[in-house]
Amino acid sequence: MKTGTLKQILLITDGCSNQGEDPIAMAALAKEQEITVNVIGVMEHDVIDEQGMNEIEGIALSGGGVSQVVYAQALSQTVQMVTRKAMTQTLQGVVNKELQQILGGSKTMEDLPPEQRGEVMEVVDELGETVELEVLVLVDTSASMKHKLPTVKEALLDLSLSLNARSGDNRFSVFVFPGKKKDVEKLLDWTPKLESLTSIFSKLTTGGITPTGPAIREALTYFKKKRSLRSLLSRDDDESFFEESV
Amino acid sequence: MMMMNHSLKSQCRVNPGTVIEGKWHRNCYTIMKELGYGANGIVYLAKSQNQQVALKMSDNGMSITSEVNVLKSFAKVQGSALGPSLLDVDDWERRKGRISFYVMEYIQGPDLLSFIAQKGPSWTGVLIVQLLNDLESLHKNGWVFGDLKPDNLIVTGPPPKIRTIDVGGTTIQGRAIKEFTEFYDRGYWGLGTRKADPGYDLFAVAMILINTAYPKRFSKSTGDLKQLKLMVRQKKELLKYEGVILNALQGHYASADEMRNEMLQLTRSRTGQKCASNHKIGQTASRQQAYVQKRKKSSFIETVLIILVVTILYFIYIYGQLI
Repeated sequence: MKTGTLKQILLITDGCSNQGEDPIAMAALAKEQEITVNVIGVMEHDVIDEQGMNEIEGIALSGGGVSQVVYAQALSQTVQMVTRKAMTQTLQGVVNKELQQILGGSKTMEDLPPEQRGEVMEVVDELGETVELEVLVLVDTSASMKHKLPTVKEALLDLSLSLNARSGDNRFSVFVFPGKKKDVEKLLDWTPKLESLTSIFSKLTTGGITPTGPAIREALTYFKKKRSLRSLLSRDDDESFFEESV
Repeated sequence: MMMMNHSLKSQCRVNPGTVIEGKWHRNCYTIMKELGYGANGIVYLAKSQNQQVALKMSDNGMSITSEVNVLKSFAKVQGSALGPSLLDVDDWERRKGRISFYVMEYIQGPDLLSFIAQKGPSWTGVLIVQLLNDLESLHKNGWVFGDLKPDNLIVTGPPPKIRTIDVGGTTIQGRAIKEFTEFYDRGYWGLGTRKADPGYDLFAVAMILINTAYPKRFSKSTGDLKQLKLMVRQKKELLKYEGVILNALQGHYASADEMRNEMLQLTRSRTGQKCASNHKIGQTASRQQAYVQKRKKSSFIETVLIILVVTILYFIYIYGQLI
């Protein structure tokens, strides 16, 4: 069975944007293209202020993703948890849409009695294991992030380990912002293994500005052509569904 | 260690005395106290018809459903107590929204480390042998426990018996481990993948053994086998089990039974002679082959599963039409 692809942007930052478009609006734009935006706020000795918190939560909310603010030492566990949680969330959305078609009205999985919910959950689990996943990692390399970058690198290697334990294919790419000339700079092109990151990540120079919004907008262009999330389920299922209903 | 999402914590935090009534089955539960919380919800001690039960709630209905699936499947395994037995699943409707919960048997007792601290290290071997026994039947039924750690191991009794709680990490074999804790995770120490196989749990058992001698754990320095070896050699009480620990860390055991037998021998012998043998390489090779075969099979299973599920959905639809 060939399924569609889940697309995610994973934004790792430690504060507020200060240049260009509103990142929350750009996240909404991503969601329109069926790209989920997850945000992780990393703290070390500093604390993220309220404005920064609001932005982090806002981006994830309008990007249809998950946000979490953590201390650097908990980053590895958080990165993989956030990614998986967002995957499940997206897949649940897809399955709910299908359910609505079958059951009619605005019924979702949560409206089913608990007994039947279990069966639907197995579909979501199965999809989560087998679906193709594209994760574009977007790392804030503004000055305050500098000493957190080794931890970020470690967390990304760990993410690759977690996701590659699935039977579905993964593709990762890594971008940093601000870039040398542009708002965003590509560090690693689409690859199934984040391990190839090792040599490049240390070369990072950190700039002063934080153009989060432009970075998200730019990142969107690196995903391949839009394909409906529906194709996740419909291609194989519709066939068998029709067979049975005849 | 991890900072929780504040919204998750506060939304299903309830005060003792709160009565929770299920929307579907209409059972009532009076909350008595909090027993603990994890990444996916909070567990409370509750009372229902004068019976003490454990109630887990989460605003993430998916994780509740997922755990219920595991517990239901455990219930089908006869004659063994793999996890707590499942008593009820329901939703709790309140003004702020709906919260899914499930109710299970309340397993009472100290966690593994507290028990050993209380009763002495002579219990370590016995309890680990018990645990490996449970893991063997869990693995035989196609599961891997996943998030195996002392916090999830309760010693009930008397007579003392180790029980696993919290099936949040329990994963079907061959899939990616759902939930784990770094210290006990094979991937974290660079000694293997995060794919669910029996060896994943056995690695965690070895780390639990190490943990009994280092109750505060320790952090990664070189983060490899060398560091773990060194830590084992520095503790007298671990030397006895060194052979078994190292075999499990390196994935040399094909089954929990195999590890259990060697553990049993070591526990029985007073001097603790090293009798854990080094395993042949041939074993690993044959296992790899099995893995390749499994991959081929999985695409067929996928197709069957999808068709099955659509059939189920179709019946739900028909059922809906009938009422």
